[in-house]
Amino acid sequence: MTEPARDLVAEALACRRGERLVFAGLSFRLSAGGALLLTGTNGSGKTSLLRVLATFIRPAEGRLIWGARPVEAEGAAYRAQLDFVGHQDGVKPGLTPREVLAFWVALRGIERSRVPRLVEAALAAFALDGVADWPCRWLSAGQRRRIALARLVAAPASMWLLDEPTSALDHENQSRLERAIAEHRASGGRVVVASHSPIDLGVVAATLTLDAFALPPDYAIAG
Amino acid sequence: MAAFLGLFRRDLSLALRQGGDTGLVLGFFVLAVILFPFGVGPEPEVLQRIGAGIIWVAALLAALLSLDRLFEADYRDGELDLLTLSNLPLELAVLAKCAAHWVATGLPLALTSPFLALLVDLDPGAIAILFVSLLVGTPALSLIGSVAAALSLGARRQGVVLSLLVLPLYIPPLIFGAGAVEASAVDGGARAYLLILCAISLAALAFCPWASAAALRQALE
Repeated sequence: MTEPARDLVAEALACRRGERLVFAGLSFRLSAGGALLLTGTNGSGKTSLLRVLATFIRPAEGRLIWGARPVEAEGAAYRAQLDFVGHQDGVKPGLTPREVLAFWVALRGIERSRVPRLVEAALAAFALDGVADWPCRWLSAGQRRRIALARLVAAPASMWLLDEPTSALDHENQSRLERAIAEHRASGGRVVVASHSPIDLGVVAATLTLDAFALPPDYAIAG
Repeated sequence: MAAFLGLFRRDLSLALRQGGDTGLVLGFFVLAVILFPFGVGPEPEVLQRIGAGIIWVAALLAALLSLDRLFEADYRDGELDLLTLSNLPLELAVLAKCAAHWVATGLPLALTSPFLALLVDLDPGAIAILFVSLLVGTPALSLIGSVAAALSLGARRQGVVLSLLVLPLYIPPLIFGAGAVEASAVDGGARAYLLILCAISLAALAFCPWASAAALRQALE
């Protein structure tokens, strides 16, 4: 865990998709060990907010501050402590789960000698041992999702951004995910989860309902 | 460095494993060259004169064929998001992908070209120049192509948009590549052409990763 002490602070964030502002005036503070649950109706901007936090989208207004400095100024250092699980699993049909995870660990710049051990641990955390050497094209949607989630364990980063992580997961695997999140938070990690199905994030998880930050449909965008 | 090699290795194994890209590209290259004698007639003098041009054009089209896959799969399955969060600056990630693309397509094209040159009856000296020109020219095809592939991500008919973007940019390598073979008839005449081809590849190496990375960031929004 790199520098879990810094807080992530959002100040009056607004996000624009095309011609529409999906939300505005959104602020929160996320400290070490904290969790944030994003809820809201479809299209209320849960995914957009996660992509803003992952620096894929630049906020239309407002600031995102990590520690004392804006996130843009930190650039790669900020991104290096993020893990992102989006709608898509990022799993190539021609590779095996073991290869997918080993590739991700390598991308995180972890030296080669440590890779096999980390990959084994990640496979075990989501019970993928049995299918570790199958091509991913044979795997079910739930199994692919578990590969995406196993990335979180394989190359740990201090802030997890999870977009509907429980989709396609069965009950047992949802508990595995909740356990992984609990362990992550216990060691000072942070999570931001967008979900509309119930998920247990543990104690002191703040909930942010994005509909509260929506703008009326006829709201005129300045600039 | 581990990240760069990891990405290079994965892309290469994907290209070779699925029996996909490399086989397809080479098949297209060979067939396209074989088609020409049927169209222009089998006279050796004609073929000898236009042979190098045919092989270069066929190589351009074959390289083009595989370009849409360069970022498209990663874009669709979300791995592009992960690439931007990796330890690797996006510019270097582009470079790793281009290197893998070149080893999986450009290099096999260059290696096959001497056999195809025999089909169009080039003399041994010209065959050697053709091989060298493809060897130093194909990296430019992968690199220039990466910019177009990144720009056309998410377009409705990506393949067509990509071709329109990239074919005009392929004109300089084509001119100097085919020109090198033509000039080789004169003693030492090919040297200048090959050097310019090297320069084009080096310029592409310096410029294209930045342009592609910028286009990819745009595509992620």
